[in-house]
Amino acid sequence: MTEDLRIDGHIQGIAVDDEPTTGVVGNEDEAAELCALAPVGLLAELTHRCPLQCPYCSNPVELEGAKNELTTEEWCSVMRQAGEMGILQVHLSGGEPCARKDLEEIVKAASEAGLYTNLITAGVTLKRDRLETLQKLGLDHVQVSFQDVDPAGADKIGAYPNALQKKLDVARWVTELGMPLTVNAPIHRHNIHNVPRYIDMSVELGAQRLEVAHAQYYGWAFLNRAALIPTYEDTVASIEYVEAARERLKGVLTIDMVVPDYYAKRPKPCMGGWGKGFMNITPAGKVLPCHAAESIPELEFDNARDRKLVDIWMNGDAFNAFRGTEWMKEPCRSCAFKEVDYGGCRCQAMAITKDPRNTDPACALSPYHAEMVKLAKDEAAKPATEFIYRNPRNAAEAGKAADEPLVPAE
Amino acid sequence: MTNKTETPGRLIVSRESKPQMPPYLKLRHDAGRGRWVLLAPERILTPDQIAVEVLQLCDGKRTVEDIAAKLAEEYSAPVDVIAKDVVELLQDLADKGYIKA
Repeated sequence: MTEDLRIDGHIQGIAVDDEPTTGVVGNEDEAAELCALAPVGLLAELTHRCPLQCPYCSNPVELEGAKNELTTEEWCSVMRQAGEMGILQVHLSGGEPCARKDLEEIVKAASEAGLYTNLITAGVTLKRDRLETLQKLGLDHVQVSFQDVDPAGADKIGAYPNALQKKLDVARWVTELGMPLTVNAPIHRHNIHNVPRYIDMSVELGAQRLEVAHAQYYGWAFLNRAALIPTYEDTVASIEYVEAARERLKGVLTIDMVVPDYYAKRPKPCMGGWGKGFMNITPAGKVLPCHAAESIPELEFDNARDRKLVDIWMNGDAFNAFRGTEWMKEPCRSCAFKEVDYGGCRCQAMAITKDPRNTDPACALSPYHAEMVKLAKDEAAKPATEFIYRNPRNAAEAGKAADEPLVPAE
Repeated sequence: MTNKTETPGRLIVSRESKPQMPPYLKLRHDAGRGRWVLLAPERILTPDQIAVEVLQLCDGKRTVEDIAAKLAEEYSAPVDVIAKDVVELLQDLADKGYIKA
């Protein structure tokens, strides 16, 4: 998604995407300069409570209970510290951030701290008057996820009845109130054929931006990979369609795309580099370099309750674990692209190879790559398995099943 | 269908356009980093000094012509050169959805 960020000689662009695998992406010099001492983006997962149960949820499989959530004052303090340390954008996410009764106070604190404030919501429980209040308190941008453009598909994926109509209502309120709208389209084998309709729907809604976010197979999506992963051919066709639509809709709709890296040759520069521009805070206050970092057992995380954010950013062990390139093993260590993609995603290296220091197996240079691609293609060729819905009961079950790591190529 | 100049809704910036920033774009001075930033939905743009001056003049009343004239005076530069540069800059921004008229 970096190719469309450069504007012209006078302006450079940097993406501070909430998509947890994307993080901060942009022209390398500009991003490095902006991020030198402080991150520019903060993903605040206010709660793991959610009315939906999407099987690709980006939350960790072990969900945080409501009783452990940061208090109103603790979240407000996080927002003030974020503003002071130079963070520019905050993504208020979840779970469903609207499940927090004090969302208004948190938005107000974020706005007063000078942060550009994004609300990332499923929308199904948001009422118009609440949205108006949030706007008055300084909310800058709303992102609404659409599980599908077909009502039946949307209901099945999110396990929530009549979700699509409620989401369309919220999306229209956003544009009627003059706020920018992002449509989030999480893509997998059950809705990949609807990518063109997502684009049409976004234009009809007057959205400013569409995120075509292919599921990323960590956490819940990793558990559900055989239920979700599309075929290589469908994936390529969807990417080509999006690229043509981008050109056609210049100036009308910005389309960002996160592709499924199982079918890529080069890994994503995950988070734009570990501990480089992005920070994530869990509902219980754990401060993470990326939303999935808890899947790496050797890491220990500081809590915003105990330490200042800037101190955690600069000195926290988890942030320094994979910062820069010193931690790398071969083939990353001697690779010409090591400061381009930073070896890809640590969490994916962990999930597939059981060693977070290995090259992300999405990279064609990884000895695990061929096996990973074969696994994905085999799964995509078979009928989809049943969803393991994202809910506390399945979270408890999933913790028991330990899977075998892949074996590297000889 | 793919003829981009006929895309409905695409703003084609000309010297007569009266550009303005939509209310959700925030041009802020980032004191900690000593530079200006333009905050947009899930994007941060880093305009240089010229771009900042252009953006500050995009009030929906001034035309591109007016903006170019003002900058030409300030920089003692030929107005045609400046106008061409301003149109280019604003067209790029419009194509990303950041400038309306």
